[in-house]
Amino acid sequence: MPIEVVFFIEVLAGGLLAGVMYALVALGFVLIYKASGVFNFAQGAMVFFAALTFVSLVERGWNFWLALLVTLAVMVVLGLATERVVLRPLVNQAQITLFMATIGLTFVLEGLSQLIWGSQPHGLELGIPDVPMEWLSQKWNINISQFDLFAAFIAGMLVAVLAVFFQRTRIGRALRAVADDHQAALAVGIPLQHIWAIVWAVAGFVALVAGLMWGVRNGVQFALTFVALKALPVLLIGGFESIPGAIIGGLIIGATEKLAEVYVGPYVGGGIESWFAYVVALLFLLVRPEGLFGEKHIDRV
Amino acid sequence: MILSVENVSLAFGGVKALREVSFDVKEHEIRAIIGPNGAGKSSMLNVLNGVYHPQQGTIRFQEKTFKDMDPHEAAALGIARTFQNIALFKGMTVLDNIMTGRNLKMRCNFVQQAFWAGPARREELAHRRAVEEIIDFLEIQHIRRTPVGRLPYGLQKRVELGRALAAEPRMLLLDEPMAGMNLEEKQDMCRFVLDVNEQFGTTIVLIEHDMGVVMDISDRVVVLDYGKKIADGTPDEVRNDQKVIDAYLGVTH
Amino acid sequence: MLYREAGQFKSTYAEDQRIFPIRQDRIAFWLLMLVAFVAVPLVGNQYWLGAMLTPFLIFALAALGLNILTGYAGQLSLGTAAFMAVGAFMAYNFVLRMPWLGIIPSFILAGLCAAAVGIVFGLPSLRIKGFYLAVATLACQFFVLWALQRFGWFTNYSSSGVVTAQNIVILGVPFDTPARKYVFTLAVVAVMALLAKNLMRSETGRAFMAVRDMDVAASVIGIPMMKTKLLAFAISSFYCGVAGALHAFCYLGTVEPEAYSLDLSFRILFMIIIGGVGSILGAFLGSAFITLFPIFLSIASGWVSHLSGVEISHATISNLELIIFGGLIIFFLIVEPNGLARLWQIAKEKLRLWPFPH
Repeated sequence: MPIEVVFFIEVLAGGLLAGVMYALVALGFVLIYKASGVFNFAQGAMVFFAALTFVSLVERGWNFWLALLVTLAVMVVLGLATERVVLRPLVNQAQITLFMATIGLTFVLEGLSQLIWGSQPHGLELGIPDVPMEWLSQKWNINISQFDLFAAFIAGMLVAVLAVFFQRTRIGRALRAVADDHQAALAVGIPLQHIWAIVWAVAGFVALVAGLMWGVRNGVQFALTFVALKALPVLLIGGFESIPGAIIGGLIIGATEKLAEVYVGPYVGGGIESWFAYVVALLFLLVRPEGLFGEKHIDRV
Repeated sequence: MILSVENVSLAFGGVKALREVSFDVKEHEIRAIIGPNGAGKSSMLNVLNGVYHPQQGTIRFQEKTFKDMDPHEAAALGIARTFQNIALFKGMTVLDNIMTGRNLKMRCNFVQQAFWAGPARREELAHRRAVEEIIDFLEIQHIRRTPVGRLPYGLQKRVELGRALAAEPRMLLLDEPMAGMNLEEKQDMCRFVLDVNEQFGTTIVLIEHDMGVVMDISDRVVVLDYGKKIADGTPDEVRNDQKVIDAYLGVTH
Repeated sequence: MLYREAGQFKSTYAEDQRIFPIRQDRIAFWLLMLVAFVAVPLVGNQYWLGAMLTPFLIFALAALGLNILTGYAGQLSLGTAAFMAVGAFMAYNFVLRMPWLGIIPSFILAGLCAAAVGIVFGLPSLRIKGFYLAVATLACQFFVLWALQRFGWFTNYSSSGVVTAQNIVILGVPFDTPARKYVFTLAVVAVMALLAKNLMRSETGRAFMAVRDMDVAASVIGIPMMKTKLLAFAISSFYCGVAGALHAFCYLGTVEPEAYSLDLSFRILFMIIIGGVGSILGAFLGSAFITLFPIFLSIASGWVSHLSGVEISHATISNLELIIFGGLIIFFLIVEPNGLARLWQIAKEKLRLWPFPH
């Protein structure tokens, strides 16, 4: 195969896989938004907190699986505490108020993480090396990282499980009901508090998975919180309430960003990854204000 | 004839809200639109005001014919309205809400307003005077600085009427102005509507469910059912029309 | 007792529409102005003036700008720092390339440039709302900063990417001491605050609030959506632009892109949340709080170290700062969503009755 095509495929694949990683973080947002109508800006900080807790435990000699379990428990407790302290008092407020509360939460989590565990960066190993897949590179000369593929696989599994959970199970249906209309859900006997607790726990779990994947890739350091910012364009494109939307949005953003960086970047001096994803999302929104899979908002007067 | 509705049809996807409705409204009269729930009354009002655009038919208001009017064009033409589910600005006071009704009459630009002294100040005070007259008329002086969100439902409806009046409209569209009011509040509201009609000569088109009110204050009535006009005439004529009685009693047809 | 307005009747609408209808308020305000303009620069020390009061004023101006857009017009924006950056860089360039303009016209032009950028990035608000719009403003924040760093023209092709702001000279008088810079800043901020207050209690302010509260109803009664939203973006960005220019010329002394990061945008947002959304006074209260709080915190931790003998590191302090800020945001949103400004109002109302309980 000609070298340009190979290069293109590598860039594209890299972009798609990066997009899957973004989608992992976006999933956390979608879950919480779907079930409580809250846009949880603190998702990035949760990812960071999860990764940092896990890594710190492992570095202190804890067993891998034990650390994982304990971190998961911590995330669940964190989610419950958030629901209790931040969300419950604000239950009837405008969405924007809840959003700003989660911004406050972000700062609290960032400060707390570093206060407890310190602020040095940590490396993270999960046993899967970041080297090209052998048979791809040998047969077709294409280099695609093994780890990226593993992360994509995990993300895919997570999405499938969550999609089934929401569509098929009783709890999933309850979650969707709650997202639609709190009062109505209460009226049919759905225990609001429990539901929210479950949702935040699941979101915490997703944050942990995302934290681990990203931690391996970029190291566990404060900059991890900015990954969440990258998930925002993903949500804009995929819609805030759609699990498949998060994946597709992620793929689109990841691919276009990587391609732009490599092919367009050199002409404008590079560094366009900082804003390209946002501009893409912005242009997308102008055409479809509610995203690909989001629900149209109709204002009735 | 200030308003003439000709063959207006409106559909939302597959749902036909209005089917070839035609009627007219004489200047200075009080015209009621009534009908069972879902008959298309609010949709009709929304069409008159430019919020919905009919697929078919035209509307003639004061010699101008149109089909695709924007709401603020309607406002500029002199059509003001109130809403079924109060569309007031909850974060502002009563006074400010009613002042927003004067926005089309304000000429000063933002730079003049920023410097306040001079034309902007004069204009603001002149409009304040006009708005105070409406506040007096509606007897809401005691709450003029209260944020609207804190007022009881009946008073909010009155403020909304005030905002519509502030625009000094030629035609006033009232969507269920008495809904949710007790007897006293209804009497007050009727008095205001009649006063507006008599003192300012404003043509009024209103949707109302309370038959007593409709019979008492309206000059002529249009009856809609399932989007079609089934009767048109004075309150007495309409009251005794068999088709109207059937529609309200739910006789299948 | 002291604060009762007994005997103060308003017999004209003009009197009723005043900014300070109560005489005690007027007296207090003018006293404050006297102290601020005259007493402070005479007795204040360099550190207080340069590192606390001047930045407090500058950030209050930026918070004012953001409040106009987010608090009054309801358009959530996370790109405040980007507009400040535009103001800073353009002011530098105007003074550099057109020195005959004078500093105040340069600042005004810089503000207008920021307003132009604001209009461009405000266009999406016609289609997008709420936090979708907030994320779109992030595009503005990142793009503008990238552009300012990427295109050397802005820094006059300086190799380090950082330039020194020029000196302020008005009518031959140099404003180079902290006291003079403070007075200059105070004058600019005071004038702009007055203009903003006038604007917000006029039709423009009402139109903004109408769009914030229920934009469909606003357009139905004749308020033009596009013009109103874009005007909000323009005015807000103008204010942030001027604040940015002041930030570079009177505070930092340099013009550098890193100073206008996303972090600053968030800080200013916090200022208006804590100070009071939709309130001119709120911008000042919020800025005072957030500018002074870190200093208070490090003094407090100094005492604690002293008393307990335990050394508290800088890192710990900055983490505590993050936690307390975040906590305060949440606290204010739960307890008093209208912020310090509302608390101030409540205090004044209690004061009216003092010494009686009710």
